[in-house]
Amino acid sequence: MSRYHLAELNIGTARAATDSPEMADFMAGIVPVNALADAAPGFVWRLQDGDGPGATALRPCGPDIMVNMSVWENLESLRDFVYRTGPHLDFMRRRRAWFHSMAVPYLVLWWVRAGHLPGLDEALSRLDLLRRDGPGPQAFTFRDPYPPPVPAEAAGVHL
Amino acid sequence: MRAAGASGIVGFRIILVTEISVIAVLDDPVRRRLYDYVSARGDGVSRSEAAQAAGVGRTLAAFHLDRLAEAGLVEVTFARPAGRSGPGAGRPAKLYRRAAAEHHVSVPPRDYRTAAELLAEVVDLTGAEPELQRSARRRGAASGRAARRQAPGQPDDDLVTGALTAQGYQPYRDGDDVRLRNCPFHVLASSHPPLICGMNLALLEGLLEGAAVPGLSARLDPRPGECCVVLASKNNEH
Repeated sequence: MSRYHLAELNIGTARAATDSPEMADFMAGIVPVNALADAAPGFVWRLQDGDGPGATALRPCGPDIMVNMSVWENLESLRDFVYRTGPHLDFMRRRRAWFHSMAVPYLVLWWVRAGHLPGLDEALSRLDLLRRDGPGPQAFTFRDPYPPPVPAEAAGVHL
Repeated sequence: MRAAGASGIVGFRIILVTEISVIAVLDDPVRRRLYDYVSARGDGVSRSEAAQAAGVGRTLAAFHLDRLAEAGLVEVTFARPAGRSGPGAGRPAKLYRRAAAEHHVSVPPRDYRTAAELLAEVVDLTGAEPELQRSARRRGAASGRAARRQAPGQPDDDLVTGALTAQGYQPYRDGDDVRLRNCPFHVLASSHPPLICGMNLALLEGLLEGAAVPGLSARLDPRPGECCVVLASKNNEH
């Protein structure tokens, strides 16, 4: 077991209200796609709220901006779910019908200690960091990934 | 600037020479038949199977397969015959499968990959995916109509597999469905999955539409090492 897990946050500006016909397919897909995530190898945790499916009722960044946050055992398990699971890949293919494109990063990845469940403040500060400094060990993307931190007790030990 | 430019040209020549010698290994009809067979199979292929498929003897097939392996075009694994293990089980058999590496040669030098990566990045940033999907669908439909025109009386199945083979997808039957062993856009599909897989799906939807093949529908169903699209038989839909 690795000491670190991978946390992921992504945000999107919806094109219409969640109860509008434009968003109907997205809202209908949330529950089955989340169920696939929950059953996926390497899945640890995802953010949920009591009011809507998944985290769709949470609006920490503004009234139209939806958030999605989860924790995975490693980068490969998250990548497999996001890009190699048919229904999720199909969801992503259709995202422009539901969400505006953004000129700034809208997805951030970072390592957390296994067992730690990040809060939205922590997640949004990682996204700010990515937007300000670009990808680095504290905040990165699928295209520019960074390895988990080396634990202090292991650093500098020569075998 | 001049020096950098000159060393760039030298670097390009070295890559070009290496790539040419790899591809030159395929300049033999038997070897090409063997490569096509191994490449389209997906799983490990034994010498006897490859020899039979290429219509040559086992020794000749073994010679050519090993040349392909030396060039890095196919990879070799070893497997014991089923049901036998331990001492006395005999030597493990050599199995051949297509290598993952890609080889490109363009004479004179052309670099479409960099252009494609930049364009993909911009489509991503500007959210032009719906337009990309519409264009891809139109293009797929045009290729489907062309295939239908060339062979108006051909059964749907043969028409589709023929068109897909010509476009490099390496189609194969999986029950009533058609699956695609090869992704023709592999590098871009790895760097921009939703964008390129969505484009590819639209191309194939267009192909089925243009060729007027009502019995199959294209959908995303990625499997490791294969194309992200399956052409699913409508007989299986409930």
